[in-house]
Amino acid sequence: MTALRLMVAALTLSVWAGAVLAQAKDGAEGGIVAALSQNRVSITANFSGSQIFVFGAIKGAAPEGAKLEVVLAIAGPSGPVKVRRKDRVAGIWVNRDEVLVDEAPSFYAVASTGPLDEVLSHTDDLRHRIGIDHLVRLIGAPADVDAPEDFREAVIRLRRDEGLYVELPGVIRTVEDTLFAVDIKLPANLVEGDYSARVFLLRNREVADIFETDITVRKVGLERWIFALSRENPAAYGLLSIVVALLAGWGASEAFRLLRS
Amino acid sequence: MNGRAAKAARGERQRMQIYLPIAEVSVNAFLLLGLGSVIGILSGLFGVGGGFLMTPLLILIGIPPAVAVATGATQIVGSSASGVLAHWRRKTVDFRMGLVLLAGGVLGSFLGVRLFTMLREMGQVELLVSLCYVVFLGIVGGLMFIESVVALRRARNGTRRIGKRRRHNWVHGLPLKMRFRVSNLYISAIPPFGIGLMVGVLAAIMGVGGGFVMVPAMIYLLGMPTAVVVGTSLFQILFVTAVTTMLHATQNYTVDLALALLLLVGGVIGAQFGARIGMRLKAEQLRVALAGLVLLVCFKLAFDLVARPAELFSIAGATG
Repeated sequence: MTALRLMVAALTLSVWAGAVLAQAKDGAEGGIVAALSQNRVSITANFSGSQIFVFGAIKGAAPEGAKLEVVLAIAGPSGPVKVRRKDRVAGIWVNRDEVLVDEAPSFYAVASTGPLDEVLSHTDDLRHRIGIDHLVRLIGAPADVDAPEDFREAVIRLRRDEGLYVELPGVIRTVEDTLFAVDIKLPANLVEGDYSARVFLLRNREVADIFETDITVRKVGLERWIFALSRENPAAYGLLSIVVALLAGWGASEAFRLLRS
Repeated sequence: MNGRAAKAARGERQRMQIYLPIAEVSVNAFLLLGLGSVIGILSGLFGVGGGFLMTPLLILIGIPPAVAVATGATQIVGSSASGVLAHWRRKTVDFRMGLVLLAGGVLGSFLGVRLFTMLREMGQVELLVSLCYVVFLGIVGGLMFIESVVALRRARNGTRRIGKRRRHNWVHGLPLKMRFRVSNLYISAIPPFGIGLMVGVLAAIMGVGGGFVMVPAMIYLLGMPTAVVVGTSLFQILFVTAVTTMLHATQNYTVDLALALLLLVGGVIGAQFGARIGMRLKAEQLRVALAGLVLLVCFKLAFDLVARPAELFSIAGATG
């Protein structure tokens, strides 16, 4: 499977290389090109996660003796997240304090050729917001909640546990410091939206070039239809649920009665 | 097992994962079918709806509580349908009484869903559901346990004392009297309305049919003949859970059709086996077992409320 993918990648790349070399004569020396095996992920009824193969190369000739370091970051749609903290009230544990963490991606995977803090400088990590820590942001912390920073860290911890935030240092394979390839697994609990994929080319721990593209994640087929109906026409959806439940309950027990007689 | 076979088996398992469109989680379809049939076996065995076990178990396997409750109600619509039809054919449904209970139930369901939506916005819905379950399962399980242990002891001693059912109690002093011909009663409409109301609230916030509260209340409080109690309560449950489904679908968007369908299919299959196993066991033993099961679920939920959770933080989801 992987071998096949690598071959496809190599073929695609060689076609590209020709095209790139033809135009790389003027300037764009040492930039980065990349492609994804798919720019579209469909959530179907039996969706159990997906895999995206990302590959690419350096445009033109790399500077003498430069080691190829690449970071890939795939981010899901970002938005505010409400986080609650339990506290003991009258002997039982109850959700008490609540903090709105202003910004957190629904999914984030960051893969690299080596440990992130070794291949990337702190300044550039901050500038391009590559590390997970820079993507989950709490801007206006409420004054009446103690330790609001804990809420921000909780988002990262909880989503890491759910497999929604993944850090994969050292998984990007390189060939002769010009080609790179990596497989990224997308989990089953993915949400819909427009995801972004960013590929950073690093030189001396600084970002030398960026390649950006989108990945569209959509529910399709029956999943899409059920979800859309439940939001756009909830009354019809409610009625449909009742009718389907009635038919299923009645039908199944009638079927059994026929089977027995 | 060689590597290829293991890989194929893994692929098969993965293929049986089903992505629930509203709950937005991926669950194994066999797990849901199995859960449905276990509840079905229990309901066939004990003659209860089993909703009170379904909702906590769904939450346990990772379905958001709000979806578990709403979908639980939808599942009961389907599972009570054939029962209502059977009782209708046997003419063991008191429609007049059923309609009074239903009127109360619709109002109760409306109030329950209102409360549910309000607490959901405050992030306390999980607490509400857990507390309701602990209280009701504790009361019902405890009473059932005491009652069935007493019955077992009596059966062993060989003495049987049939308690005289009180035909006249405070219920008969209330105004707004109505005649219920099928039940052979002339009582105030207020108590059945009140019972229906309470059951409606329970359906909305616990995702149960409420038979476990309604049936004893109808027998002991209203003095209805046992023959029409089950059919009449099923009639009320069918319509109240349908109304509850409607309200949850339109106000909370938490009814998962795919989830309900899988649970239903499993449930109907399980009920067939449960009824057959039930015929071979003694009624008293069954009741002790059911009481034990109810108390077990109750203790588990109570323990989770009291014990310090491993994770204090939680993210409020779109459906949680």
